[in-house]
Amino acid sequence: MEKINQDNSRRTFLKSSFLAGGGLLISFALPEMLSAGTGIPDQPEPWNELTGYIKITPDNLIKILNPNPEFGQNVMTSLPMMVAEELDADWKKVIVEMAPHDSVKLGAQFTGGSNSVRMYWKPLREAGAAARTMLIQAAAENWGVPVEEVTTKSGMLIHQKSGRSTTYGSVATKAAALPVPKGAKLKAVKDFSVVGTSQKNVERFKIISGKALFGLDYKHEGMLIAMIEHPPAFGMKLKSFDATETLKMPGIKDVFRQTLFEEGFEQAGFDTRSFNELLVVVGNTTWEVINARRKLKVTWEAAGETKNTVGGRNGASTVSIPGALESTTTQLEQMKQMAAKPAQQLRKDGDPETAFKNAAQIIERTYNAPFLAHNCMEPMNFFAHVTDDKALFVGPLQAPGWTEPTLAKLFNLKSDQIEIQMTRMGGGFGRRAYGHYLAEAGLISKKVQAPVKLVYTREDDMTYGIYRPMYTATYRAALDKDKKLIAFHVKGGGIPEHAIHANRFPAGAVDNYLAEGWQIASNITIGAFRAPRSNFNAAAEQSFLDELAEAMGKDPIDFRIELLKRAKENPVGKNNEYNADRYIGVLELAREKSGWNKPENKKYSRGIAAYFCHNSYAAHVVDIVMRDGKPYVERVTSTIDCGVVVNPDAARNMVEGAVVDGIGNAFYGKLSHKDGAGEQKNFNQYRIIRHSEAPKKIDVHFVKNELDPTGLGEPPFPPVFGAVANALYRFTGNRHYDQPFLNPIGQGQGSSDNKKAF
Amino acid sequence: MITININSKNYDLDIDPETPLLWALRDTIGLVGTKYGCGVAQCGACVVHLNGEAVRSCVTKISRAAGQKVVTIEGLAVNDNHPLQKAWMELDVAQCGYCQSGQIMAAAVLLKENKNPTDQDIDDAMEGNICRCGTYLRIKDAIHLAARMQRDGVK
Repeated sequence: MEKINQDNSRRTFLKSSFLAGGGLLISFALPEMLSAGTGIPDQPEPWNELTGYIKITPDNLIKILNPNPEFGQNVMTSLPMMVAEELDADWKKVIVEMAPHDSVKLGAQFTGGSNSVRMYWKPLREAGAAARTMLIQAAAENWGVPVEEVTTKSGMLIHQKSGRSTTYGSVATKAAALPVPKGAKLKAVKDFSVVGTSQKNVERFKIISGKALFGLDYKHEGMLIAMIEHPPAFGMKLKSFDATETLKMPGIKDVFRQTLFEEGFEQAGFDTRSFNELLVVVGNTTWEVINARRKLKVTWEAAGETKNTVGGRNGASTVSIPGALESTTTQLEQMKQMAAKPAQQLRKDGDPETAFKNAAQIIERTYNAPFLAHNCMEPMNFFAHVTDDKALFVGPLQAPGWTEPTLAKLFNLKSDQIEIQMTRMGGGFGRRAYGHYLAEAGLISKKVQAPVKLVYTREDDMTYGIYRPMYTATYRAALDKDKKLIAFHVKGGGIPEHAIHANRFPAGAVDNYLAEGWQIASNITIGAFRAPRSNFNAAAEQSFLDELAEAMGKDPIDFRIELLKRAKENPVGKNNEYNADRYIGVLELAREKSGWNKPENKKYSRGIAAYFCHNSYAAHVVDIVMRDGKPYVERVTSTIDCGVVVNPDAARNMVEGAVVDGIGNAFYGKLSHKDGAGEQKNFNQYRIIRHSEAPKKIDVHFVKNELDPTGLGEPPFPPVFGAVANALYRFTGNRHYDQPFLNPIGQGQGSSDNKKAF
Repeated sequence: MITININSKNYDLDIDPETPLLWALRDTIGLVGTKYGCGVAQCGACVVHLNGEAVRSCVTKISRAAGQKVVTIEGLAVNDNHPLQKAWMELDVAQCGYCQSGQIMAAAVLLKENKNPTDQDIDDAMEGNICRCGTYLRIKDAIHLAARMQRDGVK
């Protein structure tokens, strides 16, 4: 049992629970020992805690807690690196452990919005610096020397004058008793020795050897498996069921109806759930439950219009959810009708109406994109053990801090009676910010009075989604007789949300500018999907700008830079969100690194796009060739400005992944519906990019600067869509307005009428 | 009762012979390195070796494996030091990591049959393995690196 020198009953509860459950959850990796093949060390004791993030034993084992959930963005490595940098620990000897949810000690613990590094950049370095100061103070007192004379190096304290040195561990107990100092001085970027160097994923050995890491791998004494049979379509609900045959199946414990949120339950922003009346099957093993579900006889009925009670700063409000069984084809028609109606004005500069009236030429284009499913490789699941006075939740979750208040309300427990432990996630992409599956698992556990793991099958996961919305946008540009851009208009809509970022480029660069938005309510549930809204805007806007450049006879990079220079030198309007210089920086770097106008690249159909989101700037040059009669993205050059890059090789990996993900979704990603039912239920119907379709080469370049780090998980993703669209135009000679480009939404019916609009 | 040899160890399993090998491994035996991704042989997260052949354990009934030899990621190599595992570590392939044991198990059969695979050979052999994070380029590089290690006799 772990001993901590500060009383902390939550941790004790947590640890004992794990030991009872087989103790697999404590992520533990000592890179040196692992690469030497000696396996995972036993937990030493006792740990002295210095700040919430650092623990040191007298034997000088140094453990750093990673606060933020890991879903492949590599925070298990990059965040502890930031602590180790200021602590002056030997990174190779640091033990990294995933922290449990603890909003008091460990900050927001939110994985999403490309926030991990930027949110923790200061607090984690401060924690490292504070702990180092405490260790120095303890050593100085022991030696009877001034603190100024004590220096540190790789986990050692040194007093040069007297030639004395000792380990952090030898003074850790004394240091831990000192108050945590505030305002410890942080290193300058040029003095970094850990941050800015490529360090390997601390969990790489566990990953390649098949160790239990993920939520689905978690086991607990007496754990049952639960699944939910949900309605076959959005707009349906459970009417009645006959479980006679199911209950006769081997291993089945119970089948019951469970309401998720009682009427009037105030939902918070991330309490989105697709269905409220659950039909639950509980049994001993996953296969027994899958098998028994097939014997259920269920009657579903139309849900009709339903109401959600949504909490907010100004009290609760009621939101109506329409009851229709929606189909993609009718949704496209609906969107067309809405697009013709007046919409909400989001931003206006100058006098766009007059400018369009006086234009020598107007270019108008409409872009459409379908719902997308996240399709995390590990389907949604969570372990719960809820009793009257405490609750343990274990599994894959991006936002424990948002989920805990909901669980507290639902189970009438206090925050300190709820323990949430985050496993490594088999992907997230935004989907696991919505914690309804914890609430479901908890209710099921409480009902059957046992520890339960709720498991979604792939089909459950794909058809019960919190999807990327369905989007459309019409872009209009007014050119004068000299082909100068005099007005820009975007009107975006969506089901059930539009994507428009009114204050982003090219806002600020055009004298007369108008942005409008509208939306159509729907019962299809939506939420954050890697770079929300941006993932559509960057496709539409960057494709439109490319078409404008061509109409004006300009190089697409020159044209963008010209607009950006205007925005910098003489910005139009207020609240322009982007930094024009950094935008120009990634474009210029892309021009250079891709050999933009070099003759040897003429063999490629090339497209460029650049975009700003999550405070970072990204550009891609996509090179398409013909392969087996089809377009193939053979090569991509990516340039990113995200400030200081904490872990360069891991950052490159993330950009490579974003590029592959972007190509895949741009070419193939589509979730369509017929009468409320998803038409794609598994990977035989939902097309995911595969090995042969990934580029041969992705060249990643980071702009070098000393700015505080900004986002990286999302920013490289959106501009891939635009660059692919632009390269595809040069490849086929046709503009591609509807996604996915190789199998467009509403093909043959209801797609954009851009030919007519010209 | 079904007897099955998994990673050189015999197991007597008293389970429904229709149970997919995947769930027998994960739920009954407790070997969780083999992953569930789709259940319909589309994603490759569950690839294991059955008598040296790559099979999708999610659609392989346990009865088919009766009396046969099964190897999972946990038993691929002593001390988990198969050239592919070393190459995966060296190139830091994984992002979320969920699909990677299936990727490695599929690649291991390729490397056994083809000591010097081309890019095309790798694409052909690995097309059934989805990586949602998009680490395909690193997977390809790691397979080439492992092939070199194997040819050069690096242990």
